[in-house]
Amino acid sequence: MKNIIGGEQHTSQSYNAELEALRRSVLAMGGLVEQQCQSAVEALISGNEELAGKVAGSDYAVNKLELEISAQCTDILARRQPAARDLRMVVGIIRMVANLERVGDEAAKVGRMALKLSDMRDKQTYQSEPQHLGEGVTAMLQGALDAFARLDVDTALDIIARDKEIDREFKTLTRLLMTHMMEQPQRVKNMLRVNSCARALERIGDHAVNLCEEVIYLVEGNDVRHLSFEEIKRRHQS
Amino acid sequence: MQGSDTVKFMPSAAGEVNMKSDDRSRSPAAQAGAKEGKTLDIRDHTDVTDYQTIGSPFVDNPKMSARNVNVFYGDKQAILDVSLDIGRNEVIAMIGPSGCGKSTFLRTLNRMNDIIPICRVQGDFSLDGDNIYGAEQDTVLLRARVGMVFQKPNPFPKSIYENVAYGPRIHGLAHNKTEMDEIVENSLRRASLFSEVKDQLDKPGTGLSGGQQQRLCIARAIAVSPEVILMDEPCSALDPIATARIEELIDELKENYTIAIVTHSMQQAARVSERTAYFHLGKLIEVGDTKQVFTMPKHELTENYITGRFG
Repeated sequence: MKNIIGGEQHTSQSYNAELEALRRSVLAMGGLVEQQCQSAVEALISGNEELAGKVAGSDYAVNKLELEISAQCTDILARRQPAARDLRMVVGIIRMVANLERVGDEAAKVGRMALKLSDMRDKQTYQSEPQHLGEGVTAMLQGALDAFARLDVDTALDIIARDKEIDREFKTLTRLLMTHMMEQPQRVKNMLRVNSCARALERIGDHAVNLCEEVIYLVEGNDVRHLSFEEIKRRHQS
Repeated sequence: MQGSDTVKFMPSAAGEVNMKSDDRSRSPAAQAGAKEGKTLDIRDHTDVTDYQTIGSPFVDNPKMSARNVNVFYGDKQAILDVSLDIGRNEVIAMIGPSGCGKSTFLRTLNRMNDIIPICRVQGDFSLDGDNIYGAEQDTVLLRARVGMVFQKPNPFPKSIYENVAYGPRIHGLAHNKTEMDEIVENSLRRASLFSEVKDQLDKPGTGLSGGQQQRLCIARAIAVSPEVILMDEPCSALDPIATARIEELIDELKENYTIAIVTHSMQQAARVSERTAYFHLGKLIEVGDTKQVFTMPKHELTENYITGRFG
């Protein structure tokens, strides 16, 4: 069995097993959330009503995992008094699951919007406008989970760097939707819905960045939250 | 016990050693090792010139300083080239696996090793800048300034009062009974034991519970107004409540004293100390701010020890 951050194993095998189980739970939760995001984007773009309904009601599974992982963390803190990298792992995971849970909420929100939009008879192209944005943030989320699985700071930095592009994309999309609204005032309501989907997707990108910041904390011990990308990179290099 | 050539105090040495150590800790080799995440096994390094303490073993204006300490028990070397400062009014914890030399090092600080015939100590030790291994140094006076509390509570087979009064009496700290009463009461109060024993001061100290006995020993140690208190696993024989009391006491005592504590409980080191020194097989591996050592240790060996990965 490979250890969490390489190196030697704990003398206590059961402690090893607990940390490994914790890590696997987080990856399972990440996988589930990632799946939700993909489905949400797909439901939105394709107008697949069934899929949208499924995503809209799927956050309970994520919430359940969040509670489970929190309990695992509390248990390890109480019984093992982790230190150094183990402590950072547990503390980082506590913050990561909060972010993952919010990603789940945002995905469900997109699902709910997609459900309403799929109901409309006049399916229009504007609905697929957020496709590129959706794919971008899903890839970011994937990358963030990958960075966590491999404890890979370079990947994490790479993902954090992409957030600017996502923000730009979101702004462009809003402007585009405003143009649509001016052209077709009778569809403003739907376009506002599409816009709030875009906002939710953009938020997912932000959460992916937060996840990557936690990965950097786990590995390097630097708390890089609320820092600019340039500053994060500078600290990483020093 | 020590040749005078090996024991000398050089006031100028501190600065030099400090600079040297800083340079070395930034050496590319050390950084490369850390980057690759390779396990640094100290057993690979038998050559003393090959290792350096990581972190900040030196402080400004230290209460005690030890430089280039080597300790031998017969042919066996127990401590290899350790240099460490103990800051004023700080609590420094020394941790490490059994046999790492932490207790031996602690005992060099008030020359407790002098009483072990096969033990040889080399190095420069100072207390407030004065050599404590000088030929003119009276070890009884030294131990009055640098007191010690041991792992097992070891009260004298005398009354509680006499246990505390013994030190002040042999050092002539009290001129009359009233003064002595005052010293005894104050010491017991500072060791937060007075309220529990005030009605039985004439009863034997050995009749107290383990935790009370240990606090009695601390009262005895502080009765002679030491400047430094060395504690060698003071809580290992105590229950959690007595341990918490002693830790609370350490917290209060650090206002006026400098405390060096050896402990096998890493949680205890994390709770009570401001600086932590990690020893491994006679070498001082890392010294740093306790918060840093327990959240982000710099050396792999420290990391492995405090996370419970014992090779």
